[in-house]
Amino acid sequence: MSTAAIDYTREMPVVEGRPKASELDATIAAPLDQFPTRTWWIAFSITVSFLTIGVVCVGLTIYKGLGLWGINQPVSWGFDIVNFVFWVGIGHAGTLISAILFLLRQRWRTGIARFAEAMTIFAVMCAGLFPLLHTGRPWLPLYLTPYPNQNSLWVNFTSPLLWDVFAVSTYFIVSLVFWYVGLIPDLASLRDRTTSKIKKVVYSIFSLGWRHSNRHWQHYERAYLILAGFATPLVLSVHTIVSFDFAVSVIPGWHTTIFPPYFVAGAVFSGFAMVQNVLIFVRQAFKLKHIITLDHLEKMNKVMIVTGSMVGYAYAMEFFIAWYSGSQFEQFVFLNRALGPYAWAYWTMVTCNVVFPQLFWFKKIRRSIPIMFAIGVIVNIGMWFERFVIVVTSLSRDFLPTSWGHYVPTLYDVGILLGSFGLFFTLILIFVRVLPVVSISEVKAAVEGAQPTQH
Amino acid sequence: MKEKSLYSLTALFDTPDEIIHAAERASKTGYTRFDINTPYPVHGMDRAMRLKPSRLGIFALVFGLLGAFSAVGFMTWVTLVDYPLVIGGKPFWSWPAFVPVAFEVTVLLASVLSVVTMIVLYFRFPNNAHPLHDTPYMKNVSSDKFGISIQADDPIFDEHEVREFLRNVGGKSVAPVYLDLSDLNHGQKLFDPKFLGVLAVTAIVVSAVTYIIFNKVLYMDPFTWMSAQEKLKAQNPSGLFADGIGMRPPVPGTVARGFLPYALKGKPDDAGKYLVNPLLPTKDVLERGKSRYLTFCSPCHGNFGRGDSRLQGQFPNPPTLISDKIRNWPDGSIFHLITEGQNIMPSYASQVSRDDRWAIVHYLRVLERAQNPKESDLK
Repeated sequence: MSTAAIDYTREMPVVEGRPKASELDATIAAPLDQFPTRTWWIAFSITVSFLTIGVVCVGLTIYKGLGLWGINQPVSWGFDIVNFVFWVGIGHAGTLISAILFLLRQRWRTGIARFAEAMTIFAVMCAGLFPLLHTGRPWLPLYLTPYPNQNSLWVNFTSPLLWDVFAVSTYFIVSLVFWYVGLIPDLASLRDRTTSKIKKVVYSIFSLGWRHSNRHWQHYERAYLILAGFATPLVLSVHTIVSFDFAVSVIPGWHTTIFPPYFVAGAVFSGFAMVQNVLIFVRQAFKLKHIITLDHLEKMNKVMIVTGSMVGYAYAMEFFIAWYSGSQFEQFVFLNRALGPYAWAYWTMVTCNVVFPQLFWFKKIRRSIPIMFAIGVIVNIGMWFERFVIVVTSLSRDFLPTSWGHYVPTLYDVGILLGSFGLFFTLILIFVRVLPVVSISEVKAAVEGAQPTQH
Repeated sequence: MKEKSLYSLTALFDTPDEIIHAAERASKTGYTRFDINTPYPVHGMDRAMRLKPSRLGIFALVFGLLGAFSAVGFMTWVTLVDYPLVIGGKPFWSWPAFVPVAFEVTVLLASVLSVVTMIVLYFRFPNNAHPLHDTPYMKNVSSDKFGISIQADDPIFDEHEVREFLRNVGGKSVAPVYLDLSDLNHGQKLFDPKFLGVLAVTAIVVSAVTYIIFNKVLYMDPFTWMSAQEKLKAQNPSGLFADGIGMRPPVPGTVARGFLPYALKGKPDDAGKYLVNPLLPTKDVLERGKSRYLTFCSPCHGNFGRGDSRLQGQFPNPPTLISDKIRNWPDGSIFHLITEGQNIMPSYASQVSRDDRWAIVHYLRVLERAQNPKESDLK
């Protein structure tokens, strides 16, 4: 499709052309039946190497303690919390695509929803790792839950850190359920397709005996709607609660009411950048260019302009409110961000998050795969630095100059960050080989001519 | 021997229009126990099949409310009843702080339980033994065909009529699906050894995991860099000193300040005769005596020395201190008694310093005088 011929006033088709249902089956299920390609093995060995670095660093951290990290007073939240917020944010795009766009009847989401949901789950898994390690005793996570113990003590229900436990675990469970419910019909189709006996047993178990019965589809569609309805406020609540970890405290630069919407916008921003980046590879590698079309990628880039501008507005508004509040500490923190020892991080963040996404106003850039890929990477670098700036600058220089400090991460911090990327991409590589990356039944239903003519 | 009985007659269609038409005709003809199997939900099929709207939304509402009320109720119980704790000077029941957790629990219960309800209650899943499984019919509707299956237990089912009907609406590859009678087992399944085995294994695994987590994992101390430190503790042995004892005794022959040995040990009469209260009954001394009396003496002798503390009746009753007998004792005898103890009363020499004991004596005199006033006091 040439750039000049796009008609933005017309709703675009979900799938290019009119592939037959059986062709869709074959295309989407193809990677599941073949032996992995050379490219896949190369990619897998790279991600597993990163994962190994992470495992070694995590193991040493558990064995020796948190002294291996760069955190100390006054900066007791370092890379761990930065990475936690970053990964939770990455996950948000998945739920936005699968739930919010579903409720808004954005049919173009069909081709990318499954993959985005899987990304959500993997990103939340990566995120969950960090608070657990941050506790210093990751083998005692049960203490985070309110269970009747012999000390008769309960968790502190008024603490944002506990809200976080509830928010992130609920988010993970609900995302997993949502994802699994979407997978059931596809697993049944795979069950009826496969010729391998072992695969058939596995698919039979996980498809629960789905029969594509319309008496079931009826409840199934209702359940999907209910789940989308619950997941929508849930996804907004999760990053809101993550932002409460900061906003409920009294540290200058954190104690602001703009944090919840600002965090949610940032989360969607970075999540879409990540989905766009990975989908570019997936559609190429698995010949899904007619299902995950350039139009989809373009729409994602548009979401990135919107959320990127919201984030840019928040940056400006923080400065304005700091000046307008008349609070000396607040004013200092923001001047310190822009001009202090971490100014390089602040300006990296502003350049990556505010300046580069604005290039998407040009249609040519929005539809050029290499450029959009580069901008997606830049956005994620910028969003990681945003969390770094928020966490580190505020803690390193707060009220009393006598208790100021400087945070320098250690090799272990960097190793665990690399390891989390390794974990994320390893899981994605496994996912694309064992499950359909596109929802087969949803795409079949959305192909032109798939629905009766009178409707 | 495998007996066969008819489960349903099935037919396949190529387009969604045809299947909608077939469904409409089937419900118009009066078939009620039939099903449409399509690879994806076909719009308008619920109406064509005359299905009632799904009631799953009601379940979601109930589960959501259950989540909200149980979360708020639980937090209320914890913070008001079970373990009230002042946090940040806020009221015990700070409801705004409960909103996030209540919301999350609502969403969690509503979504997970709705899905479980759908799968277990509506679908009766998991069920991989349905007669339609592994038929050519199922393989087709799983991929790209649209199928109708009219069941043999329909009240107006007649094999010939149904065959005719399916051909009339344009169905292709009309085929019967049979039940395997040997697979059907309507007997009591509760005592099936397989089921009992699964139950037992589940019970054992769950108990073991629970036991290990609560009794072992939570008390694990795999790395003791912080808790095990190379330092000397008072009651522990130590190789540092020749005698191997960690704690150092005082140098022989020294006396700690304020702990001069009591010279009249075992001589109450001498104490009464020779000891004189070295303190004057000033206001400071009386306040000190009052505070010491209330700490050390009142638990048995009562706040006013009447021997009426709450220990009465549980021990040999502690004597009153305002009796004539004690009032007529010299100060030295009372001091001696506090120092040495008597009968069940232990010595207080180690807890109460010498001056404090004399202060108590002064305060005791005040209590006695207050409860046996002289005429002149009343004026």
